Amino acid sequence: MAETTTIECRPFLADAQKVSLRAGALVELSGELLTIRDATARRLFELQNTGAPLPVDFRGRVLYAVGPSPAKPGQVIGSAGPTTIERFTKYLPMLFEAGVSAVIGKGELHGPIVDSFRQAGALYFAAIGGLGALLGKRVTAADVVAFSELGPEAIFRLQVERFPSVLIIDAAGANYHDTARNAWRA
Amino acid sequence: MEMGTNRFTHFRIRQEITYDPAMATASAVRDIDVTAIAEAVERLLIESNYRIPPDILDALRAAAVREQSPLGRRTLEQLIENYEVAAAEQLPVCQDSGVTVVMLEVGQDVHWIGGSLRDAIFAGIRAGTLHGYLRPSVVGDPIARRTMSSDPVGVIHIDLVTGSGVKLTVASKGFGAENMSALRMFTPADGIDAVKAFVVDTVDRAGANACPPVVVGVGIGGTFEMAALLAKRAALRPIDRRNPQSAVAAHELDLLQRINGLGIGPQGFGGVVTALAVNIEVYPTHIAGLPAAVNLACHSNRRITTEL
Repeated sequence: MAETTTIECRPFLADAQKVSLRAGALVELSGELLTIRDATARRLFELQNTGAPLPVDFRGRVLYAVGPSPAKPGQVIGSAGPTTIERFTKYLPMLFEAGVSAVIGKGELHGPIVDSFRQAGALYFAAIGGLGALLGKRVTAADVVAFSELGPEAIFRLQVERFPSVLIIDAAGANYHDTARNAWRA
Repeated sequence: MEMGTNRFTHFRIRQEITYDPAMATASAVRDIDVTAIAEAVERLLIESNYRIPPDILDALRAAAVREQSPLGRRTLEQLIENYEVAAAEQLPVCQDSGVTVVMLEVGQDVHWIGGSLRDAIFAGIRAGTLHGYLRPSVVGDPIARRTMSSDPVGVIHIDLVTGSGVKLTVASKGFGAENMSALRMFTPADGIDAVKAFVVDTVDRAGANACPPVVVGVGIGGTFEMAALLAKRAALRPIDRRNPQSAVAAHELDLLQRINGLGIGPQGFGGVVTALAVNIEVYPTHIAGLPAAVNLACHSNRRITTEL
């Protein structure tokens, strides 16, 4: 199995690393993420459509699709694993237009949305769904930066250390889920 | 004409057999305060979110040995660690504590006192969510996407059975897997082969989105809604026991083998472990129909059962 590549986004990914990483790469990411959820994405989409300014500057930022559970006393955040990225297909082109450089979620992306990634030079990393307790421990700081009224669906700014994921869609548009299925199909 | 007579006679006899007058007087009415249900729901909801069922954890441990794909195996090992840490530190295994599904088997001699049973169940879910530090994941109005404090916070299924006992199952149904579930009304001409192709195709289309390795719950028969409920019950049935009908059990094992040949693997990272089990539940249906539903459960399959 491949070695794990350490990558940083404080808060931006290095362009050289973005283009050198290949689909299937195991990565551990340290730095700053912004969270997104269904209600958040919809809210941003509506703002964008009416020409209103977005509440956060997304240029160069890495988004993490997550709605964390509440922090217990003494915790930074509760469980914080990824949610299904496919539900954001409608909103991703708009987010790329706003400057988003990569997204972290779980599950598969196929069809025209993969072209949107390639055109934007954006990456898709999959974290492990159902790893919430462990992934919450990789978050070292969390604060709400927009839409606090949405509760767990607010936009959080997360500081993460060595957050594990797998690069699924690379800058060339290769899709690791396709490769993996084909390799292991009986 | 003779056929009709025979059928009628058969029907009458079955009624006589299933009605046992001794049963009607066997048990006295039992009062149960609904507060007991609220407390049990709260406790079980928290416990099921911190500790996954032992049969599921055992199956994941076995799968981590069986998985051939290195990334798939590493993924399973991380999931097992997640479940061990969550149980030891009393943390939700997943941030998606899902929609709480409460299934009750209530003896017909039970008399609920102290308030509304439905309200008590919802109160238990609210308390468990709050005290267990679980994420409130339910939106009150599915269309307007708004929530009022009085909105229901879970789904309740009640089955009336004989006696005066109560069997309570609390399940947390995350929507990664729920969203990928499907139902189709087949015809008798389609037959079981078409149903099985539909099951395999549903898992294939769900891919990594359903958080594999999944538990595949299949409901065959009944009516439109009954097939879905059967599939839910199948998904929540322990995975270390097969359907008692040997023909159905054979379909379970055949489907499991076909699904694990899809190549999806843990989290879609490739491998030979896409499902931990296929559970099928069946029920009589119409002479013109063959309803089939597939309810997928993620690898945490949080559910817990107790008796009151």
